[in-house]
Parts: sequence; C-alpha cells; structure tokens
Amino acid sequence: MRRIISVLMENQPGALSRVVGLFSQRNYNINSLTVAPTEDPTLSRLTLTTVGDDRKIEQIIKHLNKLVDVAKLVDLTEGNHIERELMLIKVKATGAQRAEVKRVADIFRGVVVDITPTMYTIQLTGTSDKLDGFIAALAGTPILEVARTGVSGIARGEKVLSL
Amino acid sequence: MALLSGGEMLLRALHDEGVEFIFGYPGGAALHIYDAIFRQDKVEHILVRHEQAATHAADGYTRATGKPGVVLVTSGPGATNAITGIATAFMDSIAMIVISGQVARESLGSDAFQETDMIGVSRPIVKHSFMVQNPQDIPEIIKKAFYIATTGRPGPVVIDIPKDVTDPNVKFEYSYPETVKIRSYSPPAKGHSGQIKKAVDILLSAKRPIIYAGGGVIQGEGSELLTQMARKLGYPVTNTLMGLGAFPATDKQFVGMLGMHGTYEANMTMHESDVILAIGARFDDRVTNSDVKKFCPDATILHVDIDPASISKTVTAHVPIVGPVVPVLKEMLELVEAGKSKIDAAALKVWWERINHWRTRDSLKVVLADNDVIKPQQVIQALYEVTQGDAYVTSDVGQHQMFAAQYYHFDKPRRWINSGGLGTMGFGLPAAMGVQLAFPSATVACVTGEGSIQMNIQELATCKQCSLPVKIVNLNNKALGMVKQWQDMQYGGRHSHSTYADSLPDFVKLAEAYGHVGIKIEKLSELKSKLQQAFAMKDKLVFIDVVVDPEEHVYPMAIRGGGMNEMFLSKTERT
Ligand SMILES: Cc1ncc(C[n+]2csc(CCOP(=O)(O)OP(=O)(O)O)c2C)c(N)n1
Ligand SMILES: [Mg+2]
Repeated sequence: MRRIISVLMENQPGALSRVVGLFSQRNYNINSLTVAPTEDPTLSRLTLTTVGDDRKIEQIIKHLNKLVDVAKLVDLTEGNHIERELMLIKVKATGAQRAEVKRVADIFRGVVVDITPTMYTIQLTGTSDKLDGFIAALAGTPILEVARTGVSGIARGEKVLSL
Repeated sequence: MALLSGGEMLLRALHDEGVEFIFGYPGGAALHIYDAIFRQDKVEHILVRHEQAATHAADGYTRATGKPGVVLVTSGPGATNAITGIATAFMDSIAMIVISGQVARESLGSDAFQETDMIGVSRPIVKHSFMVQNPQDIPEIIKKAFYIATTGRPGPVVIDIPKDVTDPNVKFEYSYPETVKIRSYSPPAKGHSGQIKKAVDILLSAKRPIIYAGGGVIQGEGSELLTQMARKLGYPVTNTLMGLGAFPATDKQFVGMLGMHGTYEANMTMHESDVILAIGARFDDRVTNSDVKKFCPDATILHVDIDPASISKTVTAHVPIVGPVVPVLKEMLELVEAGKSKIDAAALKVWWERINHWRTRDSLKVVLADNDVIKPQQVIQALYEVTQGDAYVTSDVGQHQMFAAQYYHFDKPRRWINSGGLGTMGFGLPAAMGVQLAFPSATVACVTGEGSIQMNIQELATCKQCSLPVKIVNLNNKALGMVKQWQDMQYGGRHSHSTYADSLPDFVKLAEAYGHVGIKIEKLSELKSKLQQAFAMKDKLVFIDVVVDPEEHVYPMAIRGGGMNEMFLSKTERT
C-alpha cells in the first residue's frame, strides 16, 4: 500500500543523506521525497511516499525513528489527511492543439504560467493521482518536460506534527 | 577559563569524559591532535600497527569494561582502514568513539590528498556521526557523541575533524558541558508496565517455557537480574553467541548456546516450547535458521529489547516490550515473585524431564582421536581447566570460535568477546589487547585460527611495545576450517581455496621474531602441561600454536531451511 510519511528532523548537514541512505541500505522504496525548513529554521520537514506491506512500513517507521536527527514522524495515510503535489509541465501547443490543451488545463484547474508561440507551461496542483490524470488526459499532445515536486501532506483536523 | 586549541580541547574533553586510552595511528590530518597528545599525560595513546586493530582494540575494551573505547585515525586510508572495525562494533551494538582526521575545511570536496568522505563512507555502519565545523563545538560534540554511543541501543559514533579545526595557534575558551540534551533523541527509560504485566502473566502460565537471552542483557548490565529471575522461575535458559555469560553456563538451568551451532537440547527446547521470553536478543538468522515459518511453531513470544526495530523484524512478537533490560527485569522480577504460586510445577517437571532426555544425547561429546592427535575441542576444554574458567576469552572467526563458545563455560558477563554479527576474522588479537589494557593482571586468552590470526598478526608488535601478556591459543588446522567444513558439507568436498598447509609460517619463530615466546603443541599427551606452562608466564605474551585434527567439523549444525529442531549431529547423524 502507498504511504505518505512526514518527518520532522534537525535541519543539519547530513540529516537528509541519512534518511535517503536508510532507504537504499535496507532496500526500501522511495517514490517521492520533498524537504524544506519549517517555521522553525532549525527543523526541516521531509515528506516521502513509499509502498510496502504493513510489516515493511512498520520497519521503515521504526528505523526512521532511530535516526538521531529525526525528532518526530507520522504516517499521514493512517488518518484523514490532505495531500498535494505541484507540477510544472511544458507541452507543445500549436494549431488546433493550442485550444485543446488550454481546455484540458482548465478542466484540471491548471494555470498557464508561461507561453511561447509553440508551447504552454502549465502549473497544476493536487494529489499525485490528479497530476497523473492530467498527463493521461494530454494523450496525443507532445509533452516536452515535466517537473513535479513530490508529495507534501498534512493531517486534517486538530492533529499537528510538531515538537 | 583556559584558552585551548581545537586539538587541546579534544584531549581535554576526552579526559573530562573519563577516557583512559586512545587506540590510534597518526597521519597528516591528525598531526595537530597527535601534538596535543604529546603535550599531555592524562589520556594514554596506544599505537597500533593497523587502524583496523585500533577499532577492534577499542571494541574489546568496551565489551570487557562497559566503557566506550576511543579510536583516533588520520584521514583517507586511516579512516577507511577503520571501517571494518566500525562495522564490527555496529553489528554487535558496541559503544565506540571513532575520531578521524580530515582535510582542512577549505579543501573539503576538492579531492585533496588523503581526502575520503568519512561521514559518507561510514554512514550505514554508525549509530550517528558528526563533522566538526568549528573548534568551539568540540566539547559539546564529544559530550553528545559519548551520550549517543552509550545510551539506548549502543553503537559506534564517528567524529570527523578537519585539520584546521585543531590548529594549535587558534585558541578558544574551553568548558565541558555537564549535561547533554538532544531534542530529537530520547532512548526509552523503562518498559510499558501494562505490557510487562501481560508478559509475566503468560510467562507464569507457561507449560514449556524457555528464556532466550542475548548480548543486550550483557550490554544493559542485566545479567544479575536475569539470573535471579530465571532461578526464581526455575525455567531453562539458553544464551545466544553474543549472550554467553549473561546466565552462568555451569548453572543446571542452562541448556547451552542455541542456534546454528547450539546444543541439541537448547534448540529442541526452543522448538518445542510454548512460551519464549526473548530478552536482549534479536532473532538473528543464525538463531532462527533460514525459514522463520518453521521457527518454534507453538511458541508465544515475549520480546524485550531496547530497540523497537529489533522487535517483530523477523519473528513476530506476541508481547513486545521496548525498554532497557534493568528496569524491565526489575518490574518483571517483582511480578514473578508475587505470582510465583501460579507456576505449573507439574508441567514444568514434565518439561525438565524432556529436556534432560535431550541432554542425554550429549551433542557436545568429543570423539577422541588415536595416535595422540589433538581434537580442537580438547584444546578449549584444557584451556577452561587451566584458566579455571576465569579468563577473558577473545576469539576470531571460524571453527575455533564455535568450539570456544561451546566448550568454554562462561559464568560471568563480559568474559566472552567475539565478533558475532559481522564475523570479522582478525578481531581476536587486537580485541585481546583492549581487554588486557583494561585489566592488566587478568588472564586474557585469544582463541584463534591460523587463518584469522594472520589478518592482524602485526599487532604482536603493539603487544611488545605495551607489554601486553595476552595468551594466543592458535587452533592450527592448517585450513580455513569453517569454509572447508561448508565445502565438505555442501560442495562435494571440493576445497576451493581453503587450504594452504604448505605455506604456513612457523608461528613459534614468528612470535620470537616479535620478541615474544612461542610454544608448539602437537600431542594430546602434552596439551595440558604445555598450556599450564604457557599460562604460568604471567608477564609474557605466549603464542601457543596447537596442531589440531584438520578433519574436525563443528556440530551440532543447523540444517538449512529447517526448523530449530533440525540439526546435523555429526558427519553421519542428523535429527
Ligand atoms: C575478514 C573475513 N574474511 C572472510 C571470512 C569468511 N570466513 C569465515 S570463517 C573462515 C575461516 C577461518 O579460518 P581460521 O581462522 O583458520 O579458523 P578455523 O575455521 O580454521 O578454525 C573464513 C575465511 C570472514 N569471516 N572474515
Ligand atoms: Mg584454521
């Protein structure tokens, strides 16, 4: 099952490499990874998505917790949560396709953030599924470049991940 | 407040932390530190002859004393030579501080002379690591490093120090922090009382119980409490290779070591049990055998460990308890005392009858050779007698290691010092140096093989320089015996690169060349007297080269893919 794990950790050199190293060392997958400082600049929040059965996820969480730099973490998929990913996508948009691409982008609530006479750059936010769906909907339109941020997430309701 | 350079601060901090010895080897990036060592007399530096030996010596020191050993190496090759020893300590959860010199800050990342990314290279085999960015941070980093290495599940910590950080000309105010707090690191202080209660209830209602104790009991100083509790319960106890000495081997409740080369009775008792109390043990594949589905089919598993990641990793625990052994055992002991009457004495009696029946199989019986040929097991038996079971025994890796584990009966914790998790050949002699330094008047025996000893033989020179009277007991079977045994059993006897009888050194002469005493023993009839003679030389290192039967195999041996009840018992018998 796909999981979204959010980790609060010391914003220190080496901390990120320890998290990433853990995954390769123990043969766990990382599907996406995003990391940035929080409102407290000494803390970073890292969010990663991975897949595995319950046993594997339990081990991943235990091993992440063991890292000295990791202060706290949560498996967001265990409860209600909000998941967002941002994508910037450059597509060919000429002739009749130009209008069609714009129409599809509108349906997905995408924003055209840059244009040239032959292409659009579209910005899209949402769940990873929605971004995948957008790419699928563009079938037939040549995609020139895709930049996705990876998933970020937060629990719904009163629950917070903080020290 | 004193003004000190980075190098001086490092030495002062180590002294303030109570460090007696640094095991090390100098080189460019560490020279400022070496100069600081020269100009003080509080911390003693032991010059090894290879950085790997420094790590094993520090490791042996930790295992024997419970205090973290300290290593100092230079950058590049010095640091990479230390890697095997760091990995060895990591696998066995041994506290160790490894300080590595590094190129100056401005040269970092430039492929400078002797630059290796030590933090990167060591990352998967350390508990934590620090790169020192500023000299002022040294006292706090040292404090944190010792705290992290020694608390929770212990492990090695690397501190990488760029050369300019220890510049003798740049001085700072020094003060050593009294306490340390790391907000992202809080090892558990006690176990969950509800879980403990649940575990004890199950334990007391068991009909076929066994206590399976590992190295964590020794590391966590829980041996005494464990012994008390086991005696109160009257249950059988088995120790892992790492746990030997956690419960006294000569106690009648002890059924021997379990696992791949465990006794028949230990493995049978495990397999047939209905309740297993695992404590400070991690269900390693050398214990469970390769197919965990066949592992102890009827057993309810109560698992106490300080590391949650060790619980339900391979074998699912029915009652997990995360916590340090001492507070957990204290709580358990109280509950056991209060609930003692619940023990099913009749069932226990039947259980012991079965165990005693398994014991009659006498799985460690030595089949004697004729013609005065020495069986390797007999050497350990003689060693046990000559040292009256009171030696510190370090070992290398191979058949000799298993024989030592099986035939030397350890009654006390911290006496059996071996590389269990990584299985590092070359560990024994340097580890013995660390032990001997910690306990100068103790008897320290290094049980080794002619293969393993040659992996760190150069340390004979360190022993000479530091007058370390280690007794090296070389079970010389003229082969990489354990490899050869596997080739006998699984590869049709094709001894691919496991023999070298025609190119072995004369170990007696070799020992003499290093300024030590060498003794060769070839006949069973002279085994004990010559061993006695060697161990009587209290202040000398004696290299005892014992020629043993090269055909001997280690038994029992778990049958791959089987349960714990499936073992080869000799070359011709199996369960
Ligand atoms: C550094 C290292 N290399 C290789 C091995 C694999 N290995 C395990 S036991 C063994 C043979 C050891 O020979 P020896 O020290 O003579 O002991 P014996 O088995 O003969 O008693 C080898 C090569 C190892 N454990 N460690
Ligand atoms: Mg050998």
